Amino acid sequence: MSHISPVLWQFLVHWLKQFAIFPPEASTIAPYADALYFALVGMTITGLVLVSSMVLIFSIRYSKDRHPEAVQIEGSTLLEATWTLIPLGIFLVFFVWGALLYFRIFNAPPDSMNVYVVGKQWMWKVEHPGGQHEIDALHIPVGRPIQVTLISQDVFHSFSIPAFRVKREAIPGRYTTVYFQAKTPGKYHLFCTQYCGTQHSGMIGWVYAMTPEDYRAWAAGSTSGASLAQNGERLFASMGCNACHSGDAAARGPSLANIYNSRIRLADGSTMVASEAYLRDSILNPSTHVPAGYAPIMPTYQGQISEDGLIDLVEYIKSLDSNYRVQQMMNKSEISSAQEAPVGNTAPAQGVAKP
Amino acid sequence: MSTIVSLPDQATAKLPRKSYLNEEYGIKSWLLTGDHKRIAMLYLMSITFFFVIGGMLAGLIRLELLTPPSDLMATDTYNKVFSMHGIIMIFLFLVPSVPATIGNFLIPLMVGAKDLAFPKINLLSWYLYVIGGIIILAAMVLGGVDTGWTFTTPLSTHYLNTHVVTAAMGIFFAGFSSIFTGLNFIVTVHRMRCPGMTWFRLPLFVWGHYATSIIMILGTPVLAITLVLVALERTINIGVFDPTKGGDPLLFQHLFWFYSHPAVYIMILPGMAVISEVISTFSRKRVFGYTAVAFSSVAIAVFGFLVWEHHMFIMGVSQYSALVFSLLTMLVAVPSAIKIFNWSMTLYKGSITFETPMLYAFGFIGLFTIGGLTGIFLATLGMDIHLTETYFIVAHFHFVMVGGMLMAYLAGIHFWWPKMTGRMYPEGISKVSAIVTFIGFIVTFFPQFLLGYLGMPRRYAAYPPDFQVLNVFSTAGASILGIGYLLPMLYLPWSLIYGKIAGNNPWQATGLEWQIQSPPLTENFTEIPVMDHEAYDYEWLANKTQHEVQTVG
Repeated sequence: MSHISPVLWQFLVHWLKQFAIFPPEASTIAPYADALYFALVGMTITGLVLVSSMVLIFSIRYSKDRHPEAVQIEGSTLLEATWTLIPLGIFLVFFVWGALLYFRIFNAPPDSMNVYVVGKQWMWKVEHPGGQHEIDALHIPVGRPIQVTLISQDVFHSFSIPAFRVKREAIPGRYTTVYFQAKTPGKYHLFCTQYCGTQHSGMIGWVYAMTPEDYRAWAAGSTSGASLAQNGERLFASMGCNACHSGDAAARGPSLANIYNSRIRLADGSTMVASEAYLRDSILNPSTHVPAGYAPIMPTYQGQISEDGLIDLVEYIKSLDSNYRVQQMMNKSEISSAQEAPVGNTAPAQGVAKP
Repeated sequence: MSTIVSLPDQATAKLPRKSYLNEEYGIKSWLLTGDHKRIAMLYLMSITFFFVIGGMLAGLIRLELLTPPSDLMATDTYNKVFSMHGIIMIFLFLVPSVPATIGNFLIPLMVGAKDLAFPKINLLSWYLYVIGGIIILAAMVLGGVDTGWTFTTPLSTHYLNTHVVTAAMGIFFAGFSSIFTGLNFIVTVHRMRCPGMTWFRLPLFVWGHYATSIIMILGTPVLAITLVLVALERTINIGVFDPTKGGDPLLFQHLFWFYSHPAVYIMILPGMAVISEVISTFSRKRVFGYTAVAFSSVAIAVFGFLVWEHHMFIMGVSQYSALVFSLLTMLVAVPSAIKIFNWSMTLYKGSITFETPMLYAFGFIGLFTIGGLTGIFLATLGMDIHLTETYFIVAHFHFVMVGGMLMAYLAGIHFWWPKMTGRMYPEGISKVSAIVTFIGFIVTFFPQFLLGYLGMPRRYAAYPPDFQVLNVFSTAGASILGIGYLLPMLYLPWSLIYGKIAGNNPWQATGLEWQIQSPPLTENFTEIPVMDHEAYDYEWLANKTQHEVQTVG
C-alpha cells in the first residue's frame, strides 16, 4: 500500500471506522421495526432474484442464436392468477404486520411520562413536566415509556429519532404524539426530517438516554424551579382567566376542575372528550366548541399566548384533575424508588404536577 | 405458431424523398405547425433542454453532499437548488417526457390516424409548456424558490421570501399543457381509430397512454387549484391553510397529494407502455397476457387516485384512515407486479436479440422491480414511520422515476429514433451508454437506501459525518451516471447526419407505425390503413414480408 499517499490512506481508515449501514437499536420498538425491515428486504431480494433469473435464463435460452423461431403464446389465465394472488397475499401480510407496529408506536401506554416538544424555525424546544427546559436536546430515562406531545409554532417540522425508529410530524395548530421506550443508555441523533426552510439541516440535536439515576440527577440539576403546571397557574392568573373560570357554580365560565379527559356536552347537543387538543382549541377559538349552558362570550386568545404558554395552561388544567394528579404521583414515586442513594438530598426538587 | 423474423439489410435502404421533416422549411413552418410529429420534435428539444438544466442541478446537489458541512454553497442556495431540481425534473421533464414526445409522435400512427384529434390544441399545449418553462426559469434566474417541489404550507405561504408565486404560476401553465395533451389522446383513441382497430387490437403503448391521459385530465386541475390557493394565501392572506385563521395546513397536504400521487403514475405508465413495445419487438413475440397488461394500466390509473394519504402517515391523520390507505396502497402495487411478470414471460420461447432499446428495457425491469418493492416498505405503516422523509424515500422514487422512467424514455427514444429521423443511432456506443447508465444509477442510488435506514433526513444541506462514506459513493455514481446521459446527447444528434439509413422497419416490429416510410409523410398514411390482425401478430408480418419479396422479385 506504499504507493497510496498517506493522506488518502488516513482518509480511508477514518472512513471505514465511521462506516455504518445500520443504526443502533436503542428502543424497545427498534427490534420489532428491524424484524419487519429484514422481512421486507427478504421479500425484495426474493422478488428481484425471481424476476432477474427469469429475464436472464430466458435471455440465454431463447436468444436468437439458440432459438431462431419465436413460438407465439397468447397468455395463461392460470399464470395471471398466480402472479396476482401470491404478491397480493404477501403484500397483505405486510399490511397487517405494519399496521400492528404503527398502532404500537403511535399509541402510548397510559402510564407513560409526557414530554412536550415545540418545533420552531430552527430548533426543538423541549418542556418537561417538572419544568426542565431544553433546546435541541432531550434527556430521558431508559426503561420508562415516554410520550412526546408535539406541536409546531410556525411551519411543519418532523421529530425523528432514527435509533428509536420513531418519527412524527410537528404540525402548526395541532398536537400529535409519539411514544417510545429507550433501552440502551447513550447519545442518539435527533433530526427534523420535514423540510422547514433555510436552516432545516441545522435543526438537529441529541437525545440523551440515561439510567434512571443519572436522569434523576439531571432532572434535579436542570429544573427552573417551577413545573409547567405552576407556570400555567401563574399565567392563568395573570391573563385573568379566573375571573370567569373561578370554579363557582354561578361563574360565567365552566369550572375547570376535573375537566381533563372528561366527556363534555356542547351547546349543539354533541359531546366531546376534553383532550389536550380540546383544551388548547378552547383557549384559542372558544366559540367553536361551547359547552352546554354557557354563553359564547369568551374572547379568542389567538396570537396572545405562545405555544409554550398554551402548554403551561393545558398542564395546569390537567393538574386540576384528581385522576391525573394521582397518576403523576405514582409516576413520581416510581422514579423515586428506581433511584435511591446517589442523588441524596438534592433530589426532591423535581416538581411534578401541583399536589 | 412459430415465426422467424430476420432483420432487413440496411445497405439497400434509402431515405424517402418526401417526409414530414422536409415538407416545409423555415422556423415558421415549425412554430406554427399542426403536425403531431413536428410538435413531438419541438417537445423533444425543449424537454431535453430542461433535462440538462435539471441534471446540472442534480450534479450540484451531489457535489454539495460530498462533504458533511454545507461548504460548496450556503444552505439557502442548496435549498433552492434541490427545489428547482425537483420542480424542473417533475413538471418540465418527467410528466411530459414520454407522452408529449414519443406519445405525441406515435399515437396517431399507432391507431392509424392522420393526426391527433385537435392539432391546434396540441400546438397550444407545447406553447403552454414553453411559457410555463420560461416562467419557472425566470423564477430561478431572479433568485430561485426554496419551497421544495412540494410547496408545503405554511412554509410556502408565510415563511419564505422567494419567488413562490412565480414558480407556482409556471407549474400552473405546464399543468394545462398536460391537461390538453391528455384530452387530445383520449379523443383520438376514442374517435380516430382506423377501420378494424378495435380496443383490443390497440398496441399496449396506446393503452398505457390512455390510462395516463385519464389521470392527467382528472388530477391536474386539482394541482392547479391548489397552487392558486397557495398564491392567494401568499398575496391576500385568504387563510385556507393557515391555522391561526381557522384554516388547516393538512388540507393542503390532502389537495397536493391528491394530484401528486397520481402524478407519479402519469410519470411511470407511459414508461411501462414503451417497455411493452420494446420487449415484444426484440423477442419477436406477442406480449404475454395482452389483456392483463392492458387492464393493469387502467387499474393503476384508478387505484392511483385512492392512495394519496400514504404521504401523510405520520402527519396526524386518523390512524384508521391510515389503515385504509395502507391497504389500498398494497392493492395498487399488484398491477405493477402483474406487468413485470408478463414482460418476463414474454421472453419465454422468444427469439431474443439485444439491441440498445432492449438493454434499457432490461435495466427498467430490474430497477423498477427494486423501486416497486421498496414502495411496499413505505406502504407498510410501521416501517413508513422510520423510513419516510429520509434518503430511503429519495432512493425509492429515483429508482422508479430515474431507474424506471428515464430508462424507459431512453429505450423509447432509441427504439423509435429510426422512425422519427429515418436514420439509425450508432449501436456500439449506445450499448455502452446503456450499460454505463445502469451501473452509474446503481452506484448513485443504492447507497441512499442504506443512508435512509440509518436515518439521514432528505433535503439536508449539511449532515453528520457518520453518513459521509455512503454519500461519497453516491456522488461518485452520479458522475458515472452523468456520462451515461451525456453520450446519447452527443451521438443522437451525430446520427442525424452520419447515421445509417434505417428503412421502414429496421426492427421488424408489427405496429402500424413500422409499416410506413421513415420518417413518415406529414399525412402519415397514403391510404387509410385497415387493421385486419391482432396487435403483435408476427405471423402476419412474416407473411406480409414474404409477399413483398415475391411481388417485388
